[in-house]
Amino acid sequence: MAKIPQDLRYTKDHEWIRMEDGVGVVGITDYAQHAMGDVVYVEFPEKGRKVRAGEDFAVVESVKGANDVFSPVSGTVLEVNDTLEESPELLNQDAYANWLVRLEVADPGELDSLLDHAAYAALLEELEAENG
Amino acid sequence: MSRYTPATAEDRRRMLEYIGVGSIDDLYSGIPAGVRQKDLPDIPKALSEPEVIRDLRELAGANRNIDDLPCFLGAGIYDHFIPAAVDSIISRGEFTTCYTPYQPEVSQGTLQAIFQYQTMVCELTGMEVSNASMYDGASATAEAAVLAASATKRKKILWGRNVNPQTKEVLRTYCWSRGLEHGEVPAAGGTIDREALDGALSAGDAAALVVQSPSFFGTVEDIKALAEKVHGAGALLIVVTDLLALGTLEAPGALGADIVAGDGQTVGNPASFGGPAFGFIAVNKPLMRKMPGRICGQTVDSRGRRAFVLTLQAREQHIRREKATSNICSNQNLCIVAASVYLSLLGPQGLAEVGGQIMAKTEYALGRLEKSGKFRRAFPGVPCFREAVLLSERPVKELNRRLLDAGIIGGYSLEPLYPELENGWLLAVTENRTKQEIDRLVAVAGGDA
Repeated sequence: MAKIPQDLRYTKDHEWIRMEDGVGVVGITDYAQHAMGDVVYVEFPEKGRKVRAGEDFAVVESVKGANDVFSPVSGTVLEVNDTLEESPELLNQDAYANWLVRLEVADPGELDSLLDHAAYAALLEELEAENG
Repeated sequence: MSRYTPATAEDRRRMLEYIGVGSIDDLYSGIPAGVRQKDLPDIPKALSEPEVIRDLRELAGANRNIDDLPCFLGAGIYDHFIPAAVDSIISRGEFTTCYTPYQPEVSQGTLQAIFQYQTMVCELTGMEVSNASMYDGASATAEAAVLAASATKRKKILWGRNVNPQTKEVLRTYCWSRGLEHGEVPAAGGTIDREALDGALSAGDAAALVVQSPSFFGTVEDIKALAEKVHGAGALLIVVTDLLALGTLEAPGALGADIVAGDGQTVGNPASFGGPAFGFIAVNKPLMRKMPGRICGQTVDSRGRRAFVLTLQAREQHIRREKATSNICSNQNLCIVAASVYLSLLGPQGLAEVGGQIMAKTEYALGRLEKSGKFRRAFPGVPCFREAVLLSERPVKELNRRLLDAGIIGGYSLEPLYPELENGWLLAVTENRTKQEIDRLVAVAGGDA
């Protein structure tokens, strides 16, 4: 069973976000890293890029394919996790300790529309039921 | 029944009966009468196979081709010597039947050949990564432009006026389809005009400059100086070049090129009325994941033995779908195997010797023609490789007719596409030209009427 920390918000596309001193920290979930397999490369957005909620702004490439990452909320890219450029495999080791992007969040209210831990857990159960 | 007719009259009758239609005409009754062709056009009656072969041979015999006549025509396709071993090796069934593999890892020999080709392209261009090849030099250059636009997130492509006009046509088409702007930088002195380039770059919106060296005029560009200017404006430098010339000229990668592309006909592929040949493209690691086409990599199998795979496939359209940089998912395998065999046979020394012969023979031909008083160099003092522009006293059409009457294929007439080069004659001298052939050229072209 994939790990689902309680203090994060989630999207249906398997991204997570956490507010840290007013900044949105975004990554992909444990379920996502497991589903895509060994991660070999992360393509980051450029700093300063404005993104809308649901817009694809990064790509996580694994041995199985290239996967778009969608921004959970609207905002501006402040920082990207350079560590993953050299060591993309860290995403497989711990998807929550290794964030992708730090965002200046345009409207913190948008977080309320995201899934909480329980709702995301329910979504994963549904998916597992579907995939038998 | 003829072998070229798929269905007999009986087949057709049974098919019509099966679908419940009385005749072929009934089948097409839905098509308005006005657009239907009533009778067949007037075509000759069918011929037997020997008759067809005889007819085609007779037609082909009317060609004047470079196996029979000394050729001083280049302009993109060149008459270089190809050792007989190239054809013997690429005629092996394992190579001739191989298109780019679709179940690649079972074709280890094909992948190894691609890997060796990529290695040679990297060594010659001085770049870190080559793909398995593209269709031709023009499309490889256009793909390079698209890659540069994607990497810089800018929407304007610049190129020199001395880039091959056919390459420019393909660049224009790609720019049009991708919504990119483009601009041409003058090359009045034979190489890209530095001041005009400064002006074109000053807006800071250029994704890349496409520079060809040796250029369409045969001139050799100062890649290092251009790279400094281009990089200063935040753009990428795309160098279009020739693998054979790189046995003599400095590798563009060592001079600051970001992408190197070009046509590979000159190494091991016959001129053959213009093709097929192949395109090459090479980049450094920062652009690797945006490069179009297939890439072959070396790895080890489960038992630790050397093995080859197609790698970095996540870039490609079968995985990246509409977000792939390119729709190219094939290569020109037989042509690149020919290139690999050719380059292996010659080796670095052989390739340098070919280049040396070309430089010496080109200089000899140009000097003799100048001395005849009928020609002058369009770009005196500018170094050139294999090809140079001469300004002729008499119209080029008349000059080439004179030469053809004397059994010599003359140079390319530049004036239709470059009106500023009045009576401009682009002369190519490869290692295949002998002193006797050059002397004959000079006698006819430089002689009085």
